[in-house]
Amino acid sequence: MLCVESISLRYPRFALREATFSVSPDDYFILYGPTGSGKTVILELIAGLRIPDSGSIRINGRDVTQSDPAHRRIGYVPQDLALIPFLSVRRNIGFGLRSPAFRPDTSGRSLTATVRARVDEMLELLGIVHLADRKPEALSGGEKQRVALGRALAIRPDALLLDEPLSAVDEETGNALMRELKRLQRALRVPTVHICHRFTEMTFLATRVATIREGAIRSVGTPDEVFSPPPVVRAVEAQRPPRPLPQEENSLPPHRLKNDFL
Amino acid sequence: MATAKRNRRTGLTPFHALAGGALALFAGGLVILLVSVLSYTDLQAFRAVFRSADVRFALRLSLMTSTLSAALAVVFAVPSAYALSRMRFPGRMLADAIVDIPIVLPPVVLGLCLLVFFRTPLGRAVEQAGFRFVYEPAGIVLAQFLTVCPYAIRTVKATLDGINPRVEQVARTLGYGSGRVFILVTLPMLKTGILAGGVIAWAVAFGLFGPMMILVGTTRQRTEVLATSIYLELSVGRIQSALAIALLMVGIALGALTAFKALTGVPAPRER
Repeated sequence: MLCVESISLRYPRFALREATFSVSPDDYFILYGPTGSGKTVILELIAGLRIPDSGSIRINGRDVTQSDPAHRRIGYVPQDLALIPFLSVRRNIGFGLRSPAFRPDTSGRSLTATVRARVDEMLELLGIVHLADRKPEALSGGEKQRVALGRALAIRPDALLLDEPLSAVDEETGNALMRELKRLQRALRVPTVHICHRFTEMTFLATRVATIREGAIRSVGTPDEVFSPPPVVRAVEAQRPPRPLPQEENSLPPHRLKNDFL
Repeated sequence: MATAKRNRRTGLTPFHALAGGALALFAGGLVILLVSVLSYTDLQAFRAVFRSADVRFALRLSLMTSTLSAALAVVFAVPSAYALSRMRFPGRMLADAIVDIPIVLPPVVLGLCLLVFFRTPLGRAVEQAGFRFVYEPAGIVLAQFLTVCPYAIRTVKATLDGINPRVEQVARTLGYGSGRVFILVTLPMLKTGILAGGVIAWAVAFGLFGPMMILVGTTRQRTEVLATSIYLELSVGRIQSALAIALLMVGIALGALTAFKALTGVPAPRER
């Protein structure tokens, strides 16, 4: 369980104000908002790359607000993926497993063999066994995404943070990755916080969503709770005769935001 | 939009010709300069230089001191460049500017500053503690180190600035402290910058003369490096001998720089 309670951070030109939400192991939690609204700052605060001015962050009951990033047990996939360029895919995925914090239980085997087995498991899970010996420069955008995801999951994190993981891939790859992310989250039951600003991405993935604007969380709930129209609007619309939408409007999201978010 | 005309056979544009022309003009000018020096000296002068015990001593001392000061410069440059590139602290801009002082200061003035420092109570205390630099060979390394360190810092920092800090940040979330991240992630990516900084530092140190003349003097077979030999030969009117030593220095420096480029691999052009 990941609990973020009233975290605030003030910069000269930006302030994050009293962000509060919690993410359970069954939650695929989406932080949804426009560019510059503070989504990435929240992930960086959870990962320990920034320290909040006030508030607290707890992971499985541990207060990690002031902890070093190395001791938080967070799997973090930044927007630019940040793969280590001189290491192969296999070494990138196994990188965290050789650190003192995430060294796996070897059960009498050598560390190398244990790490190799865990990395093989990840390669299999993500369908990238054939890429194991390639360097990041020889991978496509979608393949890099899978490697970064594998690296974050290999350490068996207590929470997974994904910063716009589908922003740099084409639509087809993005759709495949979305299905994969959903499958992985359900299989591994790791609390996941995913940043996005695409409505379709949000509706497909989210079990819960927080909308954020200008450094403040505006609403938290299931996508239906956050994006369905308020009861009074529903009542009015129910009495109105059905009117076919023009062709272009059919592609628009089905609901308006409850809180006038967009 | 109008595009520049490409040569059908070579694929080169007028801009390529301009860039190549600038390089040819500069490199060609230097070659002409060296050829003119070469034409002013003769084989006799070279033989005399190679036979001279003073020059052989100066050559040995030059190679030893410049290698040592370049190594020291790299040892200081890597953490200093890291601090300037990655850390945010009050006075960082000022520290960044201070580091460049030896580059903008005339070399002779740097030597004078060192000489004056060793006449202050703090400088005297350093010498009394056994670290003697004034008129001592150790002073050569000190003067070279102070002069070349900014070049090494600048080169390493430029490489570091080009490395995505997010890679280091993610490595930290994978269980490593900042020191281990530096060794396991940053240092391998910094390798070329460190080598380039070391070579630039070595080349500048090898040819340095100004601050040494003030701090350690020009004593034959004691504080004489090759640059000092040129000065001493010129001071007694042996111009051909001075030029032969100068060409010897150019040959050694050119050999070292070419070997470095061959070992580290000059990046090939991506597109012509």
